[in-house]
Amino acid sequence: MLFKMSLRNVKRSMKDYAIYFFTLIIGVSVFYVFNAIGSQAAMMEMNQSTREIVKMLKSSISMTSVFVAVVLALLIVYASRFLMKRRHGEFAIYMSLGMSKWQVSKMLLTETVVIGGISLLVGLIFGIGLSQLMSVLVANLFEADMTAYQFTFSVEAAQKTVLYFVIMYLMVIVLNNVAVTKMKLIDLMRSGKKSETIHNKNLFVCFVVFILAAAALGCAYYQVGWNYTELNEAKMIASIITGMVSTFFIFWSVSGAILRLIMSMKNTYYRSIHAFTFRQISSMINTMVFAMTVICLMLFVTICAISSSFAVRNSMNHNLQALCPADVDVEIKDPDIKDTGKLYEKYGYDIGENMGEYVTFSTYRDKDFTIEDSFGELSDDIKKSVPFLQTGNKEEIVGISDYNHLRMLYHQKPLSLAKGQYIVLCNFQSMKTYRDAALKANTAIEVFGQKLSPKYKKCQNGFLQLSASRTNSGVVVVPDEVVKNQKSDVAYFIGNYITKDKTAIEKIEKQQKERFEKIMEKETDEKPLEYVYTTKTEVADSALGLGAVLAFLGIYIGLVFLVSSGAILSLKSLSECVDSVDRYGILRKIGVEEKDILGSLRTQLAIFFLLPLGLAIIHSIAGMKFATMFLESLGTWKMWNSIFVSGGILALVYGGYFIISYMSSKQIISES
Amino acid sequence: MELLKVEQIEKYYGNKSSLTKAIDDISLTVNKGEFVAIMGASGSGKTTLLNCISTIDKVSSGHIYLEGKDVTTLKGKHLNKFRRDNLGFIFQDFNLLDTLTAYENISLALSIQKVPVKEIERRIKTVAEQLGITHVLTKYPYQMSGGEKQRVASARAIVTKPKLILADEPTGALDSKSSAMLLERFAFLNKDLNATIMMVTHDSFSASYAGRVVFIRDGKVFHQIAKGGDTRKEFFNKIINVMTLLGGDVADAI
Repeated sequence: MLFKMSLRNVKRSMKDYAIYFFTLIIGVSVFYVFNAIGSQAAMMEMNQSTREIVKMLKSSISMTSVFVAVVLALLIVYASRFLMKRRHGEFAIYMSLGMSKWQVSKMLLTETVVIGGISLLVGLIFGIGLSQLMSVLVANLFEADMTAYQFTFSVEAAQKTVLYFVIMYLMVIVLNNVAVTKMKLIDLMRSGKKSETIHNKNLFVCFVVFILAAAALGCAYYQVGWNYTELNEAKMIASIITGMVSTFFIFWSVSGAILRLIMSMKNTYYRSIHAFTFRQISSMINTMVFAMTVICLMLFVTICAISSSFAVRNSMNHNLQALCPADVDVEIKDPDIKDTGKLYEKYGYDIGENMGEYVTFSTYRDKDFTIEDSFGELSDDIKKSVPFLQTGNKEEIVGISDYNHLRMLYHQKPLSLAKGQYIVLCNFQSMKTYRDAALKANTAIEVFGQKLSPKYKKCQNGFLQLSASRTNSGVVVVPDEVVKNQKSDVAYFIGNYITKDKTAIEKIEKQQKERFEKIMEKETDEKPLEYVYTTKTEVADSALGLGAVLAFLGIYIGLVFLVSSGAILSLKSLSECVDSVDRYGILRKIGVEEKDILGSLRTQLAIFFLLPLGLAIIHSIAGMKFATMFLESLGTWKMWNSIFVSGGILALVYGGYFIISYMSSKQIISES
Repeated sequence: MELLKVEQIEKYYGNKSSLTKAIDDISLTVNKGEFVAIMGASGSGKTTLLNCISTIDKVSSGHIYLEGKDVTTLKGKHLNKFRRDNLGFIFQDFNLLDTLTAYENISLALSIQKVPVKEIERRIKTVAEQLGITHVLTKYPYQMSGGEKQRVASARAIVTKPKLILADEPTGALDSKSSAMLLERFAFLNKDLNATIMMVTHDSFSASYAGRVVFIRDGKVFHQIAKGGDTRKEFFNKIINVMTLLGGDVADAI
């Protein structure tokens, strides 16, 4: 009998449960899709370095999933408590008819099991479907071969999803039981007739609180987004806490003042059914101040996570073209080897074999010329503000003609340098700031006994090594005669292969690497050698992989937060709507037109959904500013593209929740 | 002058196998400036009649004319518009919006007719004085007594100067003192402001404030009596007599 009743309850309150179901299904499918990525990638053909990255991706998703599970669990508990509260009247009837609390618990248990089971099943089916789409994306990101596509089902991911969600449902069951045992019949019977409490906050207090919160927020924004050179961990944490607290107080004051403000605009307030609309909005947001704060912060994380992860991925691709303009880069650190070509000749190889354009040159270091010397008089100040900077390191020095040959290879315009001048090359943003300051102060340096003064007031954009990101923290370019007859520090060999064909390059690369390793083996017989052998292929693989990992994690967390925010708002707006059904009936009876009623409903929902989003967007401006700084070394190319992408995702999911809420609300109020 | 004309209307519920005739061929007219009470026991069809006149319910057959316009042919959004512009409603359970103050509740009826703010203010002030609710205008429904709530609801109904005021058991949820006060206001509105009121009630005391009483039984007009030159007390006794004739419901009437 109880079981039959439970089933009927689920069926009957389907409308109430719709959002709950929707959220559970999205939760389950997102969980499965991301956890299945690892096993999907395992089915694909890809090279070794990409495999390593997939492994890394898998483990990082696995770790993130624990966090995601906690967020989803909180959401599910919130949603189920919310639905429980709506049914207090129903429980009151059961209990006044003599049903024991134990029986009510049992009924709830059955309901949870039914709903949990169905949502898990449907969610998994959706997830398996979506993950087929995801494999196309995975293959694309990892540049794997998709010609041999096959349907994949990850048993591991499915098991994990089921396990995590069963634990969550168990938690809900336990908490529901606790709630039931705490119920008192008298409270249950009263809960239906809630008397509308009117929140009368003092307008002046609201205004003062708003100003203070906005000022505090502004301060935090400035610290994080603009004043980041002085940012340390303590300040960072302080800013984050200030941001959170201010967000709460902004919602608190806005919820108190919004109605009064509109009421004072009599021409607006007493037009159409605006009086009703704004009273509704006010009562909705007054009971949601804390939830709105949480939603706002979650949306903020979503926007930042999705856009910066996309930005990193995009700029990784872009950086490869800009920062990795040659095919191979060999560096040998040995004072006796000045020309890598000669080293090859020594073992009977031609360094130019299979190569198109290439350059060989060497860089130098002067034991009396350190980074500290480059900073000159500013050195003490810089050391004080960034104590971790290793200013004692010797600067890398290169002659101008050697460097110009490299620039030609890199398709960059050559630089010119007169006697007694020097240029600093740097593209690592934070280091560039200090170096620029020193150059602006016209800091003179002494290299191998020759005095030099800066040619430019700031660092020039340039680099020697192939890299995926802007990591050149400084190279000093000097006139040729300065480094003439000096002992070499690192011998460079940088060049392009003779062909652009992928399979041909693979062959050449293999041959070249074997040859190089043979040489090094023989050389190191005499003494240990430090060397670096970099190819564009390797750089590209790891860069793409890192980008892909970041993109996946960003989307994962972002999606979960987005779904949670949407679900909370929808649930609240729906329950508000159910409570207001009578009011809409009254409006119809006094002759309010249907289009005005729907218009009012739209306004209510729009303001309710846009309020947290609006503040989240403002937060994100400062957040993205900080992220841009943070991601500087990785590059922030086409940031706007990423912002559009994340905006699109946001609009799709959040907008989806808005539309579902509107449609369901519309149905609820049209019933009467 | 004839304001409302109800012509041979019928209203059926249910299907062919079990048909209930809520209204079985009723015709009646209400003139401008009249105060008519519709009386009858529970289930006699009086509320259905009111709902049909107010376009909340649809007739099965027959026609209802308000100032010569057939309201039974109205559809969709024209219905709301018709109600908004021509009718004023007073319900047994007040139907005030609990989130709005009395003032705002009354203003809503005007603001949906796009009356300017200044005019709203002026009209509410007048109507509040007429119904003696000036002191509760800033209060919320839950802060008012039942009588005050019903007078606020009445204010909302008449503030738009509707052609016809329809009241469904307006005293149903009030104590006798509040009822008397409300009905005196109705009589005042009818006499001094020339408002046309149609009130459904099962209470003879309430009906005695009207100028004419129409008795309904089993969906048919059973009898009509007009007050004429009688005092309220005489009229009340007449109503009681008819109610006795109607039979079975005397206890209900007292």
